[in-house]
Amino acid sequence: MAIIHSEPLPSRPAPASNSGLTGWLKGNLFSSPFNTALTLICVYGLWQAMPGLVNWFFLDATWSIFGPEGNANEITKQTVAVCKEAGGACWSLISVKHRFMFFGFYPQDEQWRPLLTCFLLIGMVLISGIRAYWKPWLIVAWLAAIVVCFILMMGGVAGLTYVATSKWGGLPLTLGLAVFSVVFALPLGIALALGRRSQMNLIRTLCVSYIELVRAVPLISILFMASFLLPLFMPEELTINKLLRAQIGIIMFAAAYMAEVIRGGLQAIPKGQYEAADAMGLSYWQATFKVILPQALKVSIPPLVGTIIGTFKDSSLVVIIGLFDVLNTTRVAFSSDPPWSPFYLEAYFVGATVFFIFCFGMSQYSQWLENHLDTGHKN
Amino acid sequence: MKNVTHPSGAGAIPGSSFWNQPVYRSLIIQAITFALIAGTGYYLISNLVMNLNARNIPIGLDFLAQRAGFDIGDAAITYTAQDSYGRAFVVGIINTLKVSLISILLATVIGIVIGIARLSPNWLVKNLTRGYVEYMRNVPLLLQLFFWYALLTHALPSARQAFNPVPGVFLSNRGLFLPTLESDSGFYFLLFGLLAGLTAALIWRFRANTLQKGTGRQLPVFWPFIALLATGGLVGWLLSPQGITVDMPALKGFNFKGGIEITTEFFCLMIGLVTYTSAFIAENVRSGILAVNKGQQEAASSLGLSPVRSQRLVILPQALRVIIPPTTSQYMNVIKNSSLGVAIGYSDLVSVGGTTLNQTGQAVECISLIMLVYLCTSLATSLFMNWYNASVALTER
Repeated sequence: MAIIHSEPLPSRPAPASNSGLTGWLKGNLFSSPFNTALTLICVYGLWQAMPGLVNWFFLDATWSIFGPEGNANEITKQTVAVCKEAGGACWSLISVKHRFMFFGFYPQDEQWRPLLTCFLLIGMVLISGIRAYWKPWLIVAWLAAIVVCFILMMGGVAGLTYVATSKWGGLPLTLGLAVFSVVFALPLGIALALGRRSQMNLIRTLCVSYIELVRAVPLISILFMASFLLPLFMPEELTINKLLRAQIGIIMFAAAYMAEVIRGGLQAIPKGQYEAADAMGLSYWQATFKVILPQALKVSIPPLVGTIIGTFKDSSLVVIIGLFDVLNTTRVAFSSDPPWSPFYLEAYFVGATVFFIFCFGMSQYSQWLENHLDTGHKN
Repeated sequence: MKNVTHPSGAGAIPGSSFWNQPVYRSLIIQAITFALIAGTGYYLISNLVMNLNARNIPIGLDFLAQRAGFDIGDAAITYTAQDSYGRAFVVGIINTLKVSLISILLATVIGIVIGIARLSPNWLVKNLTRGYVEYMRNVPLLLQLFFWYALLTHALPSARQAFNPVPGVFLSNRGLFLPTLESDSGFYFLLFGLLAGLTAALIWRFRANTLQKGTGRQLPVFWPFIALLATGGLVGWLLSPQGITVDMPALKGFNFKGGIEITTEFFCLMIGLVTYTSAFIAENVRSGILAVNKGQQEAASSLGLSPVRSQRLVILPQALRVIIPPTTSQYMNVIKNSSLGVAIGYSDLVSVGGTTLNQTGQAVECISLIMLVYLCTSLATSLFMNWYNASVALTER
């Protein structure tokens, strides 16, 4: 007897042990004895650590401010007492000190200006992430944004009161240092990378020595140089602002790293492109700007984002020469005020989160960009 | 013909003007650059000389012989405030190298473990390690150092209430104190026993290798190796006439005396460097393993190699070629990043240099010395790692 199906049989569902939750558990957590052991160890560790962490973080935490409004001492006294009583995280520290943590010593009444600066800079960074906007006007927009930020922070014109750079601090300082560094270090880095590949011995030697010297020493020594040596090399009557000196140091440092990234991009351009540009009768500068750099920069952008993340993290080193970036305001928020000093974990958690959001965002973006820019022409 | 960059066509080209000859053109450009640099250099240095004269600061390294007058917390060689600035510098250099070397070793071990765990088929392990790596890589090292320092100084008890998990080990906010061996005759007996054990173990490994190459028969290597080493040490210990003296740390006054002292600053900087760098090394290891063609794993399995052997003999040697170059730059970063110790009071080169600079005002000399030392260590590291890289590189016939 033969059974003949006129239609193909419908496919049967996967066995229950290979699909759904059981399948996932079996495949991801208990696929072998060794994996089962690892899972059990991890679960035990989490079981031990999580309740305490959750209690500290949420359940026993204090969020609000206590005490009469306007009386800073009384607020501190009562709030700290409540925090100690509750035994968990004291997020009230942030409620009380957030203005200082984000804006440093900037005058209270004028703090909308650094806030606006932060929004402007973050907005510009977001816009620059969109490929459709990678046009020449973006460079103009960046220069305009920088001028606007500078006027906003400094004041002294258009009815804004003047605020000395020594009062600048917090997030705008961190963002500003990073943005200024990238904007100025990038052209310098491109110039250094081109110089390193120049056929002219003197120029190549100069560029190579600069890049290698800067990359061999820590940023602190460059910052020391900028803050102690730069004034000695300048004529006596000329004094350079402390913030500007730090900024120059970071730019010099970042440029060397960017130069190496761009050199990698330049080396990835096949020789035929150079020869084709020569055959077209293009001059060196025409060939560089119309043929070589557009291709080299495209290859370099994902690792350049990596360098930019590094620069952003490195900008925190200005703490050591006494500037008040986010890291320093975070630190001073609890350490300069003895009643608050037991709550260092909360302060550092917030500081770390600020850095993490920016750096993690940029690194995810660079991974996305790498896939996006991959035209598949590489063999 | 305006091309300056390609001297293949260089040389005087008849019929074109002087300015358009590549040879002359590049000479002129270089001469102008040289003049600009020399001019700027002259201007800066003349300013410097003027400024130093105005401030009565002598130029030269004579200050290195003067009395330093500041104390250094953890000095590996004997140093007191009576010693010279030169000796202080040496202490700083040793401290920088000490913390860098230990951090590099620990970060490599932890980085390899985490890098492999990142590729684990176990979902929990994979994501926990991913969280670790992302967090460590995206928060500045300086913030992490401040955090560890605050944690260790606030959360650890004072010396009197020190944690004492194992006899002889004390952990307090003054640092970590460990017992150590007294360097008397017993210590040398032990050392000699261990060396003898090591020699025997190496001979055993060599024999096992020759046997395998000759006949294909495999002898166990790992456990006999450990056993021979341990026996050597044990025999040395038993043979020593007075036995081995252990130097136990003990509370004297406000702090511990005896044993090895690991200061809070050193401990902190080391934890910070190790956790931070291990995340970067883990990523290098992960991408190195992923870079090895999947067919290699399959080929090794079809040859009948066990998972561990195929990892060790087939995958890792190939992955190492991808892992080493970026890891070299991580090692150099550790040396450079150890300079952040200045922020938490560890007396490294930058810290000693900075103090000297503040006391003597010899800014040019101090900063040049600091930079010179870092330049030399970076060069030495890169030379060593290039040599190692060449030794694992693919040898093509």
